[in-house]
Amino acid sequence: MAQKIKFYQTGTLTVGNRLLDAENRSVQSTVDRSNSLTSGHRACQGCGEALGARYVVDTAMREADKKLLAVNATGCLEVFSTPYPESSWQVAWMHSLFGNAPAVATGVAAALRAKGRSEVRVLAQGGDGGTVDIGFGCLSGMFERNDDVLYVCYDNEAYMNTGVQRSGSTPATARTATTPTKGGSKGNVFGQGKNAPQIAMAHDIPYVATASVADLHDLENKVTKAMGMHGARYIHVNVPCPLGWGSQPCETVRLARLASETGLFPLFEAEDGIVTSVTKIRRRMPVEDYLRPQRRFAHLFKPKPDVEALAAIQAIADRNIRKYGLLD
Amino acid sequence: MLKQMEGSHAVAEAIALCRPEVICAYPITPQTHIVERLSELVQEGEIGNCQYINVESEFAALSVAIGASAAGARAYTATSSQGLLFMTEAVYNAAGLGLPIVMTIGNRAIGAPINIWNDHSDSMAMRDAGWIQLYAETNQDAIDLHIQAFRLAEQLSVPVMVCEDGFILTHAYERVDMPDRNQVQAYLPPFEPVQILDPEDPVTIGAMVGPEAFAEVRYLSHHKHLQAVEVIPELAAEFAKIFGRDSGGLIQPYRSEDAETVVVALGSVVGTIRDVVDELREDGVSIGAVKVISFRPFPMLALRGALANAKRVIVVEKAFADGLGGIAVGSVRMALRGLTTPIYTIIAGLGGRPITKAALLDAFGAAVRDEIDDPLFLDLNWNVIDTELARAKEKRRSGPIAENVLRDLGLVGGKPV
Repeated sequence: MAQKIKFYQTGTLTVGNRLLDAENRSVQSTVDRSNSLTSGHRACQGCGEALGARYVVDTAMREADKKLLAVNATGCLEVFSTPYPESSWQVAWMHSLFGNAPAVATGVAAALRAKGRSEVRVLAQGGDGGTVDIGFGCLSGMFERNDDVLYVCYDNEAYMNTGVQRSGSTPATARTATTPTKGGSKGNVFGQGKNAPQIAMAHDIPYVATASVADLHDLENKVTKAMGMHGARYIHVNVPCPLGWGSQPCETVRLARLASETGLFPLFEAEDGIVTSVTKIRRRMPVEDYLRPQRRFAHLFKPKPDVEALAAIQAIADRNIRKYGLLD
Repeated sequence: MLKQMEGSHAVAEAIALCRPEVICAYPITPQTHIVERLSELVQEGEIGNCQYINVESEFAALSVAIGASAAGARAYTATSSQGLLFMTEAVYNAAGLGLPIVMTIGNRAIGAPINIWNDHSDSMAMRDAGWIQLYAETNQDAIDLHIQAFRLAEQLSVPVMVCEDGFILTHAYERVDMPDRNQVQAYLPPFEPVQILDPEDPVTIGAMVGPEAFAEVRYLSHHKHLQAVEVIPELAAEFAKIFGRDSGGLIQPYRSEDAETVVVALGSVVGTIRDVVDELREDGVSIGAVKVISFRPFPMLALRGALANAKRVIVVEKAFADGLGGIAVGSVRMALRGLTTPIYTIIAGLGGRPITKAALLDAFGAAVRDEIDDPLFLDLNWNVIDTELARAKEKRRSGPIAENVLRDLGLVGGKPV
């Protein structure tokens, strides 16, 4: 793998920790981070979800002064972290079912309230399938009751654990095992899928944010902010999946960055249903730059460019840029 | 304290005495009055700091209970019928995780056709989900079994369903002896979990287990049920000491010791069966009954002992397996394996059809003469069935069966076309 390690600057406008003042350095860079999802787990090389979860849980642990209970939906994160007889979790952690993590977290929070243990906090995690599809009813219930739970969705845009099937978060034209590109089909159709962060906002919950593994400081900051609040909070993290996206493991962070820099995955925060901040695009990129390195979009470029589809995807990015004001 | 009250309210007050810390509520007939009354009791401060959570589905109700129980809280919920099926995945999960949740089932039929009335199709569908299942005959039973259920669940770390017949018990006003707080406190110590989500001592609950250990984990669940067979009578004996009445246990025989014919049944129908037994005894028929209180674990040895001298056994059940017959009868046959005792099944009370003494007198009489159909569907209207079968034979598009049957009976306007 021809990936150069650059200690001080990653070459993509982000700044390494060593150039920052101590108080601005990431939780992950500190020696006393809790390593909640410790090494030895079985995630694929370049897994965006493992990267995101490590930052999320360690930050939540710091903010909770290590008094944290974690609930996990079925999915990659659950499977690769707890194959019998091993567990990578150095945090009190439980997994029940695919579709009930928000409700289980509600129950954990209720138990803590009953016992007067307000200092112990609750984190729930799931992938996009567990969150926007099968767990959506429970998620909405947890939101509308405003239960004291931070729910983090790691969105890799398909059911990766079962072998890359389409979810309600799969983007248009993406090839998955259930949206094949055979016989002239163009992958996942346009006009479907749901915008989970917007739906979360419609519940008027205290905090909703999107985040990306391309900006881990920002991800940590959003977890920190969420942990400083009570009630139902939701963070939706874009996590590229080399296996499902057909991308190089070393490209995970770059693809996540391109997703945001094209406007396809806007980064923003919302409080009580109102957008309060957006991360401006520093260097706007065409969607082609994001799509081309991913084999799930290969049919858009071969045998000849699908100009119509590419224009439609660019239009989605452009609409996001207008909607959220992503350009200065 | 003696009270005259609705069954659901009696159960709610008994649950309150058990000091649950988290109650999850979702409405479904006929259990709804239980969670309604509990919401009042929580609001009135009768259950300390108990958290009452209104959820969006039964699947969430049990999932919230799972989370609460794993975090060390005594958790309770109630459901019926479609609701129990909707939470099926969580039902198995709670047992697999070994979480001592107590859940009331207000027994009700399963649709289609949709039907809100009583039978045992719902809890029987969950008979092998790893939960202990206790069946109440009366509202006093329901109170007492719930108190024992929490003790049993927490002692073995296994979830328990207390099943009571919808409407027949849940909506019946009758006299009950409501225990007092001190009695329940003496019987039911605070919940000491065997596993807990604790930041000071982090564990992983619900890890993935492959072929190398799954069978062992599952066997240990089986082992808990074998232990429960021993523990249930002990808890009933202890209950009798504190509360001054016999309640619970595995089975309850009635005039069966010397009986040639013994009827086996679960739930409220046992009361009717006792009356029928008494009448037949007056006519010189050698008959008795055995109430099965604990259906899971199934009391193999106790029931075998109770039926050892019977010349025939009749199982009356409110659920059945299509194309096969009774469900409970399969477990009764297991208990009597190796013996040649004839065992008949009477399927009765489906979807709330009344089980009358007259019908049982006829059916038991036929069984005593060994002239009973097996299985016998009690009080079936064969005219309706023959008409519908003929209609279906006559033309392909014979229409929805439920509507046809209702039209044949004149319950909705017009005859089928």
